[in-house]
Amino acid sequence: MRTLFIVFAKEFLENLRDRRTLLSALLFGPLFGPILFGLMVSRMLEQSVVESDVPLRLTISGSQHAPGLTQYLKARGVKLTLSELSENEARAAVRGGGSQVVLLVPEAYSRLFAAAQPAPILLFADSADSQTRKIADRARGILGAYGSTIAQLRLQMRGVSPLLSLPVAVNEVDVATPTGRAVVVLGFMTYFVLFALLMGGLYLAIDSTAGERERGSLEALLSLPVARAALVGGKILATCAYMCISLGLSLTAFVCVFRFVPLERIGMSANIGLHTALIFFAICLPFVPLGATLMTLVASFTRTYREAQTYLTSVLLVPTLPIAFASIYSLKTKSSLMFIPSLSQHLLMTSVLKDEPILLRDVLVSAAASLGVALLLFVLTARHWRRETMLG
Amino acid sequence: MIEAMALSKRFGSIEAAKDVSFVARDGEITGLLGANGAGKSTCLRMLYGVLTPDGGKACIDGIDIRGETSKARAHLGVLPHAAGLYNNLTARENIHYFGSLHGMTAQRLRSRTAELSLALGMEAFIERRAKGFSQGQRIKVALARALVHDPGNVVLDEPTNGLDVMAIRNLREMLLALKDQGRCVLFSSHVMQEVAALCDRVVIIGRGRVLADATVREIRERSGAATLEEAFLQVLGDTEGVS
Repeated sequence: MRTLFIVFAKEFLENLRDRRTLLSALLFGPLFGPILFGLMVSRMLEQSVVESDVPLRLTISGSQHAPGLTQYLKARGVKLTLSELSENEARAAVRGGGSQVVLLVPEAYSRLFAAAQPAPILLFADSADSQTRKIADRARGILGAYGSTIAQLRLQMRGVSPLLSLPVAVNEVDVATPTGRAVVVLGFMTYFVLFALLMGGLYLAIDSTAGERERGSLEALLSLPVARAALVGGKILATCAYMCISLGLSLTAFVCVFRFVPLERIGMSANIGLHTALIFFAICLPFVPLGATLMTLVASFTRTYREAQTYLTSVLLVPTLPIAFASIYSLKTKSSLMFIPSLSQHLLMTSVLKDEPILLRDVLVSAAASLGVALLLFVLTARHWRRETMLG
Repeated sequence: MIEAMALSKRFGSIEAAKDVSFVARDGEITGLLGANGAGKSTCLRMLYGVLTPDGGKACIDGIDIRGETSKARAHLGVLPHAAGLYNNLTARENIHYFGSLHGMTAQRLRSRTAELSLALGMEAFIERRAKGFSQGQRIKVALARALVHDPGNVVLDEPTNGLDVMAIRNLREMLLALKDQGRCVLFSSHVMQEVAALCDRVVIIGRGRVLADATVREIRERSGAATLEEAFLQVLGDTEGVS
């Protein structure tokens, strides 16, 4: 116990003086996620708000062939730019970026329209550009609405009820709660939290193992009259401490960032306050020893700082796998999934974000599973440290 | 007193040590002389218990290092081949870390560090962080770290490697001081002159075996050679390179 504490205190202090550890544990790790995330969400929100507020701008060529359509578009608030373009010119204009979406009304339009035949309109847009695609979608929607208005008028003039052309009336009922909708946007947040958590201990895990070997202090340490398990235990404990600090900072940063992100403007509310942050901390806490022992174990096999860095970067990706899996199969919080570390934390946090109730039992199972894996990894680590090959 | 009793160790097909037996006595400096790769480090590592011998036994003051590792190590100070310091800790913190792991109290640590600081001439940099220390300063701190718990036996693996002339001279004085205090000093080297100048007894190792175990004078007399160098070469055989 004494050894554990002495090693813990020394590693904690030593790394507190190491700029690299501090930068990654207390700055890069915890802040990278929230800041990137805040910027990303703000930008997404701005775009979606902009789309419904800003009038649709279209370039139309040959509007004289379709006065009715032109009138309709103007009445719907579409800002039209009139021009005379050939098909090739229209294509070039869209490709060159001069106009984003071009409507081209061919001469045949008026004749076919008058004859109640399908009248052609060409819509030029670049579907590879997400901005243009959205404008084209809106244009398509308005053109579709114009088409069905004309169809109904035609039926009415022929004495047929326009309702005949509407055999099914679909009414969509969106049951997503405002928070639920936000979760789609916030889905990545849980990964950033787990990332920050691991980042916090990354350099300490390397420094206390591969670093110790590289700078040549390991053999002297191993020839002391102390239990190797206590030695590596103290190192893991110090790694845990840095991870907790990083986790705490990361959650604090998220709380702050969401103060400034205008989620409510698109009818979403993010359930992220101090209270949620505390719950997140409790949910993630059992994952801390797991991450710390995993990183220490992997780093114990490496000889140099650089080698350890290479391997541990892949370890940072480990928690993404279950999360990626969860989003591909859209997994929901289920008791049976609570046995899988990182996935269980992700699901529980997502539930909290959605304002769904979570079972205390699930939280406990998630914690027990993570701690169980951590214990197993610790046994493996301690066994490795007792080996002669540890000397390198 | 450090005793090696028929120590053997294999790494795969390589026999790093074979039936190595010798005794390093208190109040004497014993040199383990051999070429690079002769098995010196392997022997020392078995003596301080980080390698388990395939056969044989090692005792520190009569305590079996494998049987009662912690108890035996309390009697032993170790300066391994790689004696790196923690660069973000001060010299004092480096020494205290090892001392507290030896179970020393804070008070005892303070007085012992003061003693060592004076004896090794570390006052000027004892509160400075180890980053940027010269080789000479590093070896002093590493030696202080090995001696902090006041062990009766000291093992040093190639302590002069990488040191400049001044630092080697300092180290030599420190080892002689340890001897005068009645401690058992065992160190390995591949430099013949160094061993000859410093040691009371020499154990010559080649290909994992003890080739000679005697005083410097005995070796010379037994071989009948005029100079020390010739005597060593005769013992080693012409295949072993010793500088």
